[in-house]
This record gives sequence, structure tokens and C-alpha cells, in this order.
Amino acid sequence: MKIGLFIPCYMDAFYPQTGIATLELLEKLGHEVEYPMDQTCCGQPMANSGCNRDAKETEALFIRNFSKYEVIVSPSGSCVHHIRDNFDAIEQTDEVRHVRQNTYELVEFIHDVLKVREFPWAEFPHRVGLHNSCATLRSLRTASMSELGEPFFSKPKTLLSAVKGISFATPKRPDECCGFGGTYSVTEEAVSARMGLDKVTDHHDAGAEYIVSADTSCMMHQQGCAERNGVPIRFIHIAEILNGARA
Amino acid sequence: MSNKPVPHAKLAAEFLKDEPHRHFHDERLWDMRQKRDEQMHIMPEWQELREQASRLKEHTLAHLPQYLEQFEENARRNGIHVHWARDGAEHNRIVEQILKDHGHSSIIKSKSMITDECEMREYLEPKGISVTETDLGERIQQLDNELPSHVVVPAVQKLTTDVAKTFAKYYHTDPDIDDPHALAEAQRNAARPVLLSGDTGMTGGNFLVAETGSFVVCTNEGNADLSANLPNLHIATLGIERLVPRMADLGVFIRLLSRSALGSPITQYTTHFRKPKKGGEMHVILVDNGRSERLGMDDFWTSLKCIRCGACMNTCPVYRRSGGQSYGSVYSGPIGAIIDPTFNAKKFSTLPFASTMNGSCTNVCPVKIDIHEQLYKWRRVLAERHEIPFVKREIMKMAGRLLAQPAMYRLAISGTEVALKTMPRFALYNYLNPWGKHRELPHPVKETFHSWYKKNRLNKPKAQREETQA
Repeated sequence: MKIGLFIPCYMDAFYPQTGIATLELLEKLGHEVEYPMDQTCCGQPMANSGCNRDAKETEALFIRNFSKYEVIVSPSGSCVHHIRDNFDAIEQTDEVRHVRQNTYELVEFIHDVLKVREFPWAEFPHRVGLHNSCATLRSLRTASMSELGEPFFSKPKTLLSAVKGISFATPKRPDECCGFGGTYSVTEEAVSARMGLDKVTDHHDAGAEYIVSADTSCMMHQQGCAERNGVPIRFIHIAEILNGARA
Repeated sequence: MSNKPVPHAKLAAEFLKDEPHRHFHDERLWDMRQKRDEQMHIMPEWQELREQASRLKEHTLAHLPQYLEQFEENARRNGIHVHWARDGAEHNRIVEQILKDHGHSSIIKSKSMITDECEMREYLEPKGISVTETDLGERIQQLDNELPSHVVVPAVQKLTTDVAKTFAKYYHTDPDIDDPHALAEAQRNAARPVLLSGDTGMTGGNFLVAETGSFVVCTNEGNADLSANLPNLHIATLGIERLVPRMADLGVFIRLLSRSALGSPITQYTTHFRKPKKGGEMHVILVDNGRSERLGMDDFWTSLKCIRCGACMNTCPVYRRSGGQSYGSVYSGPIGAIIDPTFNAKKFSTLPFASTMNGSCTNVCPVKIDIHEQLYKWRRVLAERHEIPFVKREIMKMAGRLLAQPAMYRLAISGTEVALKTMPRFALYNYLNPWGKHRELPHPVKETFHSWYKKNRLNKPKAQREETQA
């Protein structure tokens, strides 16, 4: 199938290697991937700020870019959550519904749609702390939630467990939000940064060398907090590990 | 009430500056959340109970007039005086009148958020009626002239050393006491004479039971029972949403309440009040104060299901790190952020934004209120009513325009020169600058994904790529 690749704005600008890894990984898994050149953003920053109307044109552009694809995949849980659950500034036409229903976050796409469990090229000889963003955890439900006491499952961990040499650290508060929250990170910067510091400290204390996540936006914030406070921990997107990055 | 928006971000930043308070507050509340989880794990029917509780509340709210009248009729038959208060002011006048009729002037009172909501102390005290809080946490907050920080543990933001200082000032105890038991004892010694001499007892209440005309008060300190039973006059104030239809329904809520709140199986005291004691008088004041209006709001009426357990506050990573005082309201944390704007949309316009919308609150809520989704909806409502800062609105307008034009957008992120032209300096510097206050910025990269893709995919067909690889 032909996959439309959505690389969110901040990833395009600051984390191109994650976009490249996503593209290469999907190609390795045998799919044709296209990145529509006119894409920008899904509209989440405006909608989350309450300014849903200001997201209308951005949403319309998104539909123009992606409606021709059978599926759309993005290595960003937060954006996919927005598209799936809140993308309603524009009229809900068949085209819009098609896009909303067929947009997948990378991990759920590999786990649920492609059902791939093996990544023979992947090896990551490090101890990692898995960070599930609140969007992947509580909206896309790619892992069990501690508040509900449901039986344990974790789609990202299932995929990562196939990677040679990898081991997992267990932080004390695995489900606690890291404090990014989109514009929250600037409107309430003190609380946001404190949450970020607590998050990276929790992973570091649990022995993690890397924090790995399906959401780069959380990690952009966490990395900023770790670097400012001298917490020695590194960050990597799950796409990069699955694509074969060694460090 | 002042209309100025509560500066939550600023107050939270101040709260975070003090390391011992910040650390204690986060750990104490997180401990309550963990104890709640332990209780959940030993009850396989937990999710079923939540579902039942939610449905019972939704049913009751959908038939509120009918059940309220049933309660009133049965309560009157039991010999309870029932009063209706449209708002806080009417509530306070009713209390004043009851005391006047009896020639009373001192109230001993157990914890009730709703009398704080009605600003009852502020109304009665200038009229020569003394109100003494008998709940330890609520008393500490009263002495310090502060709003409750939390619906269950009102003084949770304070350390023992803070309380010792407050008690030293009012009770003349040793300001250096560092033992919670000694402080509780000091409060007991100070409260006992007041309890014995108070002429009117006041309580809140957790549940009204329509079928029996009785009400239930759940506490851990026993002070509500003393307040209600020592004097001959007992006044109980409850919100109209506190109803359950039948006594049999109560079990669902009693099983959930303290487990969700503190992680204890049940409160120390669960007292059923059905009729006045011999020779005594009992009054119930049913308060609306905006509840009927909220019941009519499509997106927000389910917030009336709340049983005030505080579980959403305990789990909220933002609340734990900002402290209850930063919400500037009787109701703080996630539940406060969705109900406070119904009281005053301007003053509490900042609260729905005091959230990362992580959704943990919704998951712990024993009556399944979709708290984080209501936060999201409030943001929309507030933006449409122009109750969000002008700069933010302008930035979102600009961002919306920029992100809808790919060519403009590419230019904007390719050079700061264009970015500065697109977004005025004040926006970039005043709005986005806080990122760097406690955090490093992301590292610059050689090229965007966009240009990499152009070079390596668009301008390099598959065959050519494979050739290079080979």
C-alpha cells in the first residue's frame, strides 16, 4: 500500500533524523512511502489553545495533502491523537472522515496493521526507559494505563523487545505526564519544566541510558530539561531504534 | 468577587520555588494516588462500580426535580426543616435567620466546601456570629485566612513546621513543635471548649437520600459528629447535586469515596442523619448556586456527578506541583478547573489552561467525569468568549494563517529574518521565550526533513538509490 507520511512541523525542523528513520523503516518493511511536500502541521497548537477556528485553514491544507492516500502514518502520537479525536474545525466531509479514520501513529501501524514483530536489522545494546506520551497512552491506548488497573500490555515495548541487546529500566511513575503539553510548555513554563525534570530524573534513577518514545515533542521538552539540569541521559525516537540505529 | 483572572502560572511558579514544600506536596499526594491504586487492585469489580456510580448519578441528575421533592417530603416527615437557597447570599441569609430565631451567635462547624463556596464565614462574622472550623485542616486554613487547598485535605500544602507557627500565634503553643500528633493535640485542646460551648452545629454532607429523607456525612476526625450532636441546633448545607435515589444506591458511593480519596476502605465515620435528636432541631439547606444552570450545559453538566473525593487532584501532575492556593478558588485541581468557570468565566478563565490534558484525572474519577475532555471544551468556550489573553489569541491567529500556507511556512522556518517579519518581535520574545527559562532549546540541524526528502527521494528515483547502495 502507498503510505502518506506526515512529519510534524517541529520534527521537520529539529529532528529530521526521526523522519528519515520512519521513512526508511516503512520502506524496509516493503511499503511505498510518499511525503507530500506541501504539508505543515495538523492544527493541534491552535485547537489546544481553544482557538479551534484558527485551525480551519491548516486542517483544510492537511486534507488537501493527505486525502489521496489509503493510509497516513506519522511518528507522532500527539498529532495522530489530534487528527483522530479533535480534528473538527472544518466540515466533516467523506474526505475528512477518510483521513481521520486512516491516520495511524507509527507504533500502532506496525503493531496493529502491519503486525510486524521482527526487526532483524535492529540492535540497541542499551538500557532504555520507555516514555509513553499521554496521547499514545490515554487516547491512542497503545499501552495499559496504571489508573485503570488493566492487564499489562504495551505495543511499543512489544516492538522494542524484538531488538537485539535492548533492556528496559522501570521508572517509579511510568505513566506520569512529562509536562510538555504543547503551548502549556510556555504558558506554564515553571510547572512544565519541573515536571520535565522530575520525569528525566525518574528515568535516570531507574538506570536508563536513553529515554525512548513515540513522541518527539515530549522528548524535545525532556531533553531541554535534562540538559539544563545536567541529568546525563540521552533521547531517541522508537523509529530510529527499530530502523537499526545503534546509539 | 474580583474578576481579575487568577494568575495560576505565576502562583504555581512561586509555590515551586520552595524545595521542601514542593517535594512534600508532590510526594504526599502521589502517595494518596498509590494507596488508591492498591485499593483498586484488590477489588476486581472496581471498573463496574465506577460505571454504576456514573449511571446512578446521571440518572439522578436527569430526574433531579423529582428526587429533590421526594427528599424534601421525606425529610419534613422526619421532622427536618428543609430550606432552598438559590445562591450563596440566600444561603447565608437563611443561616443568619435560623440563628437569629434561636438567639444564637456561635457556630461550630465541620468541613464543608459548599459553605466556603457561599463565603458564609465572611458574611456572618461581621454580624457578630462566630464560626469555628473543627476539622483540623480546615481550622488551619481558617487561622491563616486561606481558602482550602484540597477538597479532602484542606491544608495539604503546609508542613508541620508551618502549622506549628500558626498554632503558636493563636494557641500560644511552642512554635518549634515538629510532631503532627502534638499539633493535633493542641488543636483538640483548643477546640474542646469551643465545641462544648457552641450553640449551633453546622455540617456539610456527602449524600442526600431521597427515599429516606436522610443525609450522610463521611469524615475521619469525628469532628462532624461532635459539631452535629453537641448543640441542640444542627444545620446541614448540601448542594442539590448530592442526591442519590435510594439507600441501596449509597453502598456504591461509600465503597468508592474513601478508596478514591485517601486509599482507605472507608472513612472512620459514616454518619446517617435522619431526624433531630430529642429536644433538638435539624435544618437542611439545599443550595443551587449555579448548579441548575450547569445542569443545562450540554458539555459540562456531568461535572455535577462529582462526589468530591479529590482523586483527580491527587493524580494531577500539575496540581501536585502548583499547590491548591494557585487556583484561587474553593475548588482546585482538575475538577476545580472545570467547575470554577461556571461560577465566574473571567476570573477562572486561566484554570482550564492549567493542564497538560494528560487525562489521568478522567481515569481515576470514581464517577467517570470526562474531566480532561471538559478542560479541552472549556478552552474553546473561553477563546470564543474572548476570555483568553490577547497576545495568545493573536499568536494563534498568525500561526493558523502561517501553517495554512506551505510556501510562507517554508520561508518562515528557513530563516529567522522572515520569521521575525511574519511574527512580530513581541510575540516571539514575550510569548515563546519562557521555553528557555528552565530548559535548553532544541539543537539546530543541518537540514530539515523536507529538504532531505527533496534531495534523497524526490530528486533521486528508486533505481538510482539502489545503485548507490549497491
